[in-house]
Amino acid sequence: MATIDQHGTAPSPVRSPAVLSGRRKATNLLMTGLTAACTLFTIAILLIILGYIAFRGLSAISFQFLIDTPKPVGEGGGIGNAILGSFLMTGLASLLGLPIGIAAGVYLAEYGKSRFGQIVRFVADTMTGVPSIIVGIFVFTLFVLPMGRQSGLAGSIALAIIMLPIVARTTEEMILLVPKAMREGALALGAPDWRVTWDIVLPAAKTGIATGAMLAIARVSGETAPLLFTALNSRFYNVYMDQPMASLTVQIFNYATGPFEVEWQMAWAATLILMLLILIINVIVRFLTRKNY
Amino acid sequence: MLEMNTDEKVAPNQDQFESAPEKATTGPLPEATVSVRNLNFYYGKTHALHDISLDIPPREVMAFIGPSGCGKSTFLRTLNRMNDTILGTRLDGTVLIDGHDIYSPGTDVVSLRRKVGMVFQKSNPFPKSIFENVAYGIRINRMASGNADLQERVERALRNAALWDEVKDRLKASAFGLSGGQQQRLCIARALAVEPEVVLMDEPASALDPSATQKIEELIVELKKDYTIVIVTHNMQQAARVSDRTSFFLLGKLIESNPTTKMFTSPVEKITEDYITGRFG
Repeated sequence: MATIDQHGTAPSPVRSPAVLSGRRKATNLLMTGLTAACTLFTIAILLIILGYIAFRGLSAISFQFLIDTPKPVGEGGGIGNAILGSFLMTGLASLLGLPIGIAAGVYLAEYGKSRFGQIVRFVADTMTGVPSIIVGIFVFTLFVLPMGRQSGLAGSIALAIIMLPIVARTTEEMILLVPKAMREGALALGAPDWRVTWDIVLPAAKTGIATGAMLAIARVSGETAPLLFTALNSRFYNVYMDQPMASLTVQIFNYATGPFEVEWQMAWAATLILMLLILIINVIVRFLTRKNY
Repeated sequence: MLEMNTDEKVAPNQDQFESAPEKATTGPLPEATVSVRNLNFYYGKTHALHDISLDIPPREVMAFIGPSGCGKSTFLRTLNRMNDTILGTRLDGTVLIDGHDIYSPGTDVVSLRRKVGMVFQKSNPFPKSIFENVAYGIRINRMASGNADLQERVERALRNAALWDEVKDRLKASAFGLSGGQQQRLCIARALAVEPEVVLMDEPASALDPSATQKIEELIVELKKDYTIVIVTHNMQQAARVSDRTSFFLLGKLIESNPTTKMFTSPVEKITEDYITGRFG
């Protein structure tokens, strides 16, 4: 290999092509290998978690487990009411949080360059980082205390508050990804601004927005802390949102912190169910928002 | 310096043509579809267009040529107020379309854009089917009396854009499945579907291969029977082939605007000749 001394009098500063090519190939191989290893590592962790949960949980799952309410230790018991409660609260939280979050995201994308927009964006980013238990305490203070009791509605509100900034910011980002040319094409046809947003921009961004919504739903489906104060728990099937309501996460928490091994096993089983439900939601949303064009 | 020159076709209005810009106050050419007077345009503090005055007669093709960054696209976009969508821009001067000042406070920008259609440099179909791409403008402007009328209008627009035969069997397919040239003709069909008076084209063939370019050029010549067409192009042969008049822009100024044959054989300004003969730009 050629070397250059301080005065630049090396015979030739150019390395031979063969040496260069060899080095380049080696570097290429090394970096490709490294990134592949990192990818494998990430996937492996996920697979280990999934596998272990399945391994521990599968044996406890039965039809009875899926429909029963919790019972005293030794009498079986299940998570039927918790599944229902989780569905109801996540559903209501989505009804509250998604439209407001998406609308806020549209606002941020279309008019967010103003001072007000910047403030909203900053607040949303801060809100994303707020620990969820604080949201729980917030709803407890402002909603549960005046109302006099914990309720499914309070739980839904807490979950919706957690969803809002996630949905708003992903919606904004997805809308900003829609090419300006597409907007201009619609404007040039004499479409008013709101129709451009509604007819062209939102449909073009719908897959991304749905992904954001899905992430938000998946995120709150796994939340325990905000529900502890707000929805509490319930041992019974309950569809009334003004009363305390069971949820999968709180039920997992209860089973997992119980003293008996049979409870721990039910916690594993409930965890597996929770993960399967989130997976199903993912698949359904992907299917509904698959690209037509 | 800006110089408006006459040609035989507009002889009766010769005096008005020659008056620009010093005596621009004498008013626009009575029959001009687009009439611009003393237009200045700014992006923030950048003075992008300097005191431009220009008349565009109806049912002719006007080509804008000039090196990159000379302001021809910016000028084109002032004609349908597309620059309004860019923050921090400012404009003074007047733009009359059919005698109406489009920058007057009472102007309805939405209906202006219906009247002055636009085709962009890069084809920008909507993420919809071929049919829906063309139908969109008809729908939002409530132009069709019924479903049959809508079908008919879409077909007519596609025929006018010389695309019908290629897509008639797959109207429901995605517009993104078309080739680049077909997509651009789809965008032209979409613009024609709302029956504009003026069609602005911003380098409509710059991303296309020669045969697709040829199709677009033939189309432009065909379309001028019914529409006033303003086309920005980097390609001087293209300007020579399709346009009736050519305007040469340089550094935000309109150097010269003349009938295309005169422009390419005996331009008035030395710098125009230098540009056309490829000595710079």
